[in-house]
Amino acid sequence: MRSDRGPSAPLGLKIAAACGLLFLHLPILLIFVYAFTTEEKSFVWPPPGLTTQWFAVTWNRPDVWEALSLSVRVAAISTAIALVLGTLCAAAVSQTRFFGRETISLLVILPIALPGIITGIALRSAFSLADIPFSFWTIVLGHATFCVVVVYNNAVARFRRTSGSMIEASMDLGADGFQTFRHVVLPNIATALLAGGMLAFALSFDEVIVTTFTAGQQQTVPIWMLEELIRPRQRPVTNVVAMVVVLVTLLPILLAYYLTRDGDQIAGSGK
Amino acid sequence: MTSAVSFQKVSRHFGSVRAVDAVDLDIAPGEFFAMLGPSGSGKTTCLRLIAGFEQPTAGSISIFGERAEGVPPYRRNVNTVFQDYALFPHLNVLDNVAYGLMVKGIGKLARQKAAEEALSLVRLPGYGARRPGQLSGGQRQRVALARALVNQPKVLLLDEPLGALDLKLRENMQDELKSLQKALGITFVFVTHDQGEALSMADRVAVFNDGKIMQIGTPEDIYQRPKTRFVADFVGSSNVLPPDFVQRYSGQHRWGSLRPESIRVGRGAKGDGVAARLVSTNYLGATTRLALDADGLRLHAIVPAGTAMPEEGEAVVLTFNREHLHLMDEPT
Ligand SMILES: Nc1ncnc2c1ncn2[C@@H]1O[C@H](COP(=O)(O)OP(=O)(O)O)[C@@H](O)[C@H]1O
Ligand SMILES: [Mg+2]
Repeated sequence: MRSDRGPSAPLGLKIAAACGLLFLHLPILLIFVYAFTTEEKSFVWPPPGLTTQWFAVTWNRPDVWEALSLSVRVAAISTAIALVLGTLCAAAVSQTRFFGRETISLLVILPIALPGIITGIALRSAFSLADIPFSFWTIVLGHATFCVVVVYNNAVARFRRTSGSMIEASMDLGADGFQTFRHVVLPNIATALLAGGMLAFALSFDEVIVTTFTAGQQQTVPIWMLEELIRPRQRPVTNVVAMVVVLVTLLPILLAYYLTRDGDQIAGSGK
Repeated sequence: MTSAVSFQKVSRHFGSVRAVDAVDLDIAPGEFFAMLGPSGSGKTTCLRLIAGFEQPTAGSISIFGERAEGVPPYRRNVNTVFQDYALFPHLNVLDNVAYGLMVKGIGKLARQKAAEEALSLVRLPGYGARRPGQLSGGQRQRVALARALVNQPKVLLLDEPLGALDLKLRENMQDELKSLQKALGITFVFVTHDQGEALSMADRVAVFNDGKIMQIGTPEDIYQRPKTRFVADFVGSSNVLPPDFVQRYSGQHRWGSLRPESIRVGRGAKGDGVAARLVSTNYLGATTRLALDADGLRLHAIVPAGTAMPEEGEAVVLTFNREHLHLMDEPT
């Protein structure tokens, strides 16, 4: 996939690529710029003046902290659940043969292929059918559905590369199931799990649709931002938070990319 | 004396595939036992049954007198050298070799010392710090061997261990394995599809076909006195002679086998013997292999290099000693 080997691309193509990249990334840059604007009611271009006061304002707003803390807790717990379930599922699907194996692997991946709105509505009606009140845990459950997929996809790819005879060799040398998992399986899938976990965290952190259907009165960061845009007061605060969100989600994705670069691609990063 | 490994009517079926079918087998302690057969004949499945990775669908297996049913692989005093070596890529060579001792809870110093010794045994001293990925195929094979031997197993299972090596290395390793086995006195069960390897290394050979054992015996037994057409053909490509042909020379209406090196090829169309025509010659270095056509029956003869050769297509007369004609049990 590298282009530095072949002949250089024609000029027209280069310009087209540059335009494409600008189109994708200019709006993000704009968001950053507006975090420094002095105009707080509406976004005007060019910004009438530049200031860093919004960082202090954001820091002192309790609703920002609440949303941030909720998002971090939801992401952390969904990721933890996904790591356990995703790994177990990947191990079962790639290490053993059983009736309905293909179906199960399809069913596991389905939540990420389904539009979020379907997952959201399905969960919402399930919760109300079962009389489960909306809470922190209903959000976690909603997020876990797609977090599991990300971990599963990464783990399955790595399991496929880990030869089955390595596990048998370990057993043959006297290691029981637990020792084999600890000394052979885990070291071999560790980076894949780390990558999957970070992607899951990033996905959960900026998820809107499923959250809207599964949250009660609580606001995660993205939901808080949506609400905030409607209010014409201290608008740049939203942009400051947006910058934080970009950092919190981009860094793990980049790290995950580097961890799995020589080997399997990051599966499911396109949600 | 209790057998090292004993199979009583052992079968392992996968659905309709009879990978191993009613196999009876007794391997003596300290024996070098080879399982020989074409690919898909059930050799690997037999090894996996001994190692504990497969359970028999019928019959019973005992290892040194103890019933093996239900004993998981990690509690069997048996170790395997896997066909693809299955070294752990995340561990260096020393930790690979010490793995079995590590999971048994043996202290770091003691197990590293034992691992060093095992590496010397397979002539790889000082390779401990390398990664498996940095080794050649032959070296990996030795590491796999050391990793198994360090546990002092009672039985060592080897699944086509030399299959991936080139000819020269292969011959060296054959000698080394053989002398290692003599020195350690461990029972070796050695799987191969190479008849030369089985015959040259083993004390006894079991010839497999379609999940069944066709014949068990010493290499000489198998080579000189094959019981069935399959064994005669597979082990060193004997000439298989149909009953009508055999009757003319032995008076008995039975299938026979005749080793290619037992056939003498004389020039000329007349003489006391089998009239044939030379189809082709195949130069093999020390010997030459001749394909012959005796009135529709395809025969092979091997003659020492340097013998005066007839031309291809020329009429020849084949002679052999009557005692070299071996009669088989194959039903006619
Ligand atoms: N796990 C399995 N599931 C289904 N069939 C199998 C399995 N393992 C082996 N077989 C079949 O059993 C037969 C014997 O295989 P194997 O023991 O590997 O032969 P060999 O080692 O002599 O080449 C083959 O036909 C193979 O396809
Ligand atoms: Mg095999």
